[in-house]
Amino acid sequence: MHSSGFFLKDVAGFLGGYYAFMAVMNGVAALLLWQKKRNVWAVTWAVFAGAMMVLASLALSASPAFVPALPSGARSLVNSLSGPVLYTLGTTVLLGVLFVFRKFFVQPMVAWTILNVMLVLMGLSMADENFAAIVMKPDNVPIVGLVFLLAFFTWVATKQAVVNDERIAQGLPPMEKVNDEKVLVWPDLVYTELICMVGVSAFLLFWAIFLPAPLEEPASSVKTPNPSKAPWYFLGLQEMLVYFDPWYAGVVLPSLVVFGLMAMPYLDFNKKGNGYYSIEERKFSYLVYQFGFFELWITLIILGTFLRGPNWNFFGPFEYWTPYKVEVLNNVDLPQMFWVNLLDRPLPRAPQGAGVLSQIGFVLLREAPGLVLLGAYLVLLPPLLAVTVFRGFFAKMGFVRYMVMVSLMLLMLTLPIKMILRWTFNLRYLVSIPEFSLNF
Amino acid sequence: MAIGETIRNSQIWKSIFRHPMPLDRRNRIVVMLTNFFLHLHPVSIKKQGIALSFTWCMGGVTFFLFLVETVTGVLLMFYYRPTLEWAYNDILALRDVTSLGILRELHRWGAHAMVITTWLHMYRVFLTGSYKPPREFNWVVGVILLLLTLLLSFTGYLLPWDQLAIWAITVGSNMARATPILGYEGPGQQLLTIGGIDLITDGSDARFGLLGARFVGEETLNRFYVLHCIAIPLAVALLLAIHFWRVRKDGGISGPL
Repeated sequence: MHSSGFFLKDVAGFLGGYYAFMAVMNGVAALLLWQKKRNVWAVTWAVFAGAMMVLASLALSASPAFVPALPSGARSLVNSLSGPVLYTLGTTVLLGVLFVFRKFFVQPMVAWTILNVMLVLMGLSMADENFAAIVMKPDNVPIVGLVFLLAFFTWVATKQAVVNDERIAQGLPPMEKVNDEKVLVWPDLVYTELICMVGVSAFLLFWAIFLPAPLEEPASSVKTPNPSKAPWYFLGLQEMLVYFDPWYAGVVLPSLVVFGLMAMPYLDFNKKGNGYYSIEERKFSYLVYQFGFFELWITLIILGTFLRGPNWNFFGPFEYWTPYKVEVLNNVDLPQMFWVNLLDRPLPRAPQGAGVLSQIGFVLLREAPGLVLLGAYLVLLPPLLAVTVFRGFFAKMGFVRYMVMVSLMLLMLTLPIKMILRWTFNLRYLVSIPEFSLNF
Repeated sequence: MAIGETIRNSQIWKSIFRHPMPLDRRNRIVVMLTNFFLHLHPVSIKKQGIALSFTWCMGGVTFFLFLVETVTGVLLMFYYRPTLEWAYNDILALRDVTSLGILRELHRWGAHAMVITTWLHMYRVFLTGSYKPPREFNWVVGVILLLLTLLLSFTGYLLPWDQLAIWAITVGSNMARATPILGYEGPGQQLLTIGGIDLITDGSDARFGLLGARFVGEETLNRFYVLHCIAIPLAVALLLAIHFWRVRKDGGISGPL
C-alpha cells in the first residue's frame, strides 16, 4: 500500500515534532562541543541540526511529495530481503561486530552518529503507513523505547568496561576504585533519588497524557483476532513456538530460563569483575549472558512484535499485513527423512494387535535416529567437553556444578540449533511421538 | 522565616521529626537513623556507588514505579468491577467519564515501564558482576521478583476485558495446556490414569487451575483480579523487603573490593 494523504496528515505533526526534537538535541550537542573547543564536530552537528529543521518543515507540509521517506524501491528491497533467517543472522552479525570492535563504537562521537542514523531511519520509516501502523500501536511503543534504552545503557556500560579493561591491563585498579571516598547519604543520595522520582513522574504523566492506553472492542470468545498475540514481553516465547511444541517452548524453556538465572551466581566461579564494569575479566559469562539476553530474548521479542503478522507469517517492516499471505509448509520429521527418504522403507509400525510393550518398542525403533542424536547431544557431549574445551571449568567447578552448567547451556542452544536445522533441512521434529504428545 | 521557626519549634512538629533540620553534618547523620523511610539507607556511602553511570538508578526507579502502580491501582479499584457485565464498561467510563481520565494510562504505561526497568536493573547488576559472592542469594530473590513483575503485568492484561485482553491471555495460558504430565495436551499426561480413568482432563489440568475454567471466562477474570490486586502484590512487597534488607546486609551497593 502506498502512503495516502490521510495517513500523512495524521503523522505530519508527530514527524515535525520528532525532527525538531532531533534538531534541538543536536544543537545542544554542538553548543557543548563548541565550548569544549571541539570545533569540527560542533560545526558538523550544527549543520546536521539545520538539516533536521529542514526535514521538520518538510514533514509538516504533510504532502506526499515533500514528507521525507525512504524511496519505495528501497522499502520493497528491504521487504523482499527480510525473512527470519536474514533477520536472525543479521542481528547476530551486527551484535558480534559491535562486540569485537567495541573500542571503536564506544567513542562518544561514533555512538552519537549511530544514534542519529537510527533516529533518522526511524523517522523516514515512520512515513510509511504499514510501518507506522505496527510501531504506533500503543502497546508496541514501549518496545521501541526498550530498543533505544538498551542501546544507550549498553553503550554506558561498555564504555566504562573498555576504560577499566585498559586500566587493568596496565596494572591499575578499575575506575570505580578510584572514586571510593565516602559521602553522606543525605544530601548526596537522597536528592538524586528525589530528582529521579520527579523525572520519572513527569515522564509518566507526559506519556499518559499523549498516548491513550489501548482499548479494543469488548471481549468476544468467538471472534479470534488474527494474529493473536501474547503480551509483548512474552512474544519471544511465542516466537519459539515456530520451532518447538508448546510443552518445550512455553513451559520447559521458560522454566529453564528462570532456573538458569537463579543458578548463575552459583555457577560463575570467577571471582574477578565483582562490583565494576569489565568484559575482559569475565568474557565467558559476559558472552553467554549477552547471547541469551539479546539473541534469544530481545531480538525474538522484536521479531514477534513487529515482523510477525496474520497466521504468524513473517512480514517485512514495510509490508502490509495481509491475512491472505500463503507460506509453503514443507517441513519434514526426522524419522520420515531417515526411514523413507534415506533408506527408502516405510516407517516401522507395530503389527495389528501387538501388545503395549511391542508397540512402545516399535515407536522407539521409529524414533531411533532422533533419540540417538538427542542422547549423544545431552549425554555424550558433556563429558566430551569436560576433557576438551571445558577442561579448566570441569577442574574448578566439580562434577555437579559442571553438569548443571553444561546441561543448561546445551538446552539453551537447542533453540538456535533447531532454528538452523529448520532453515537448512526443513526439519520439523527430531523426535515425534504423537502417541504421548511428545514432539521435540 | 519566623513562621517556619514557630512550626519547627512546635510540639507537633517535634513529635513527628525527632531531630532538627538536616543542615549540619551531625543532623544529616541523625536523620538517616531516626526516620523510618530513610533508615533503609546507610548513613554514608561510597561516591562511586551512587554515580548514575554506575547504578543507572534502575532498581530505585523500579521500586518507585511499583509504588505508582500501587497508588493508581488502588484508585482504579474504586471504579472497576471485575465482572463480565461491568469490567469493559467501567474501563470505558474511566476514560470518558472520570475526571482526570488518565488514571488507567498511568497504570498501564507504568506497568510497561516497570517491566523494562526491571530488565535494565538486572542487566546492570549482571554487567557489574554484582551477583557474585556475597550477593548470590539476593540475585535469586531478584529473579523471583522479575518473574512476579511479569506475572503482575500478565494478570493485569486481562482486566480491561477487551479483545486485546482475552486473546493475549488465551494465547499465553494455552501454554499451560501443554505442561508435561499436568497439562491435558502435554507429553506424558496419559501416565496419570487410575483404572482407565484419566486424571488429567481439560477440566482438571494445569490450565484449568490457572483459568478456573476451560476457557478464559468470568472465573478467570475473578481469579486474575484477585491475583493481580492482592496475592502477587503481597508476595512482591515481602520479597522487596527482603531484597532491600539483603542489599544492606550483604555489604551495601557493590563496588570493587
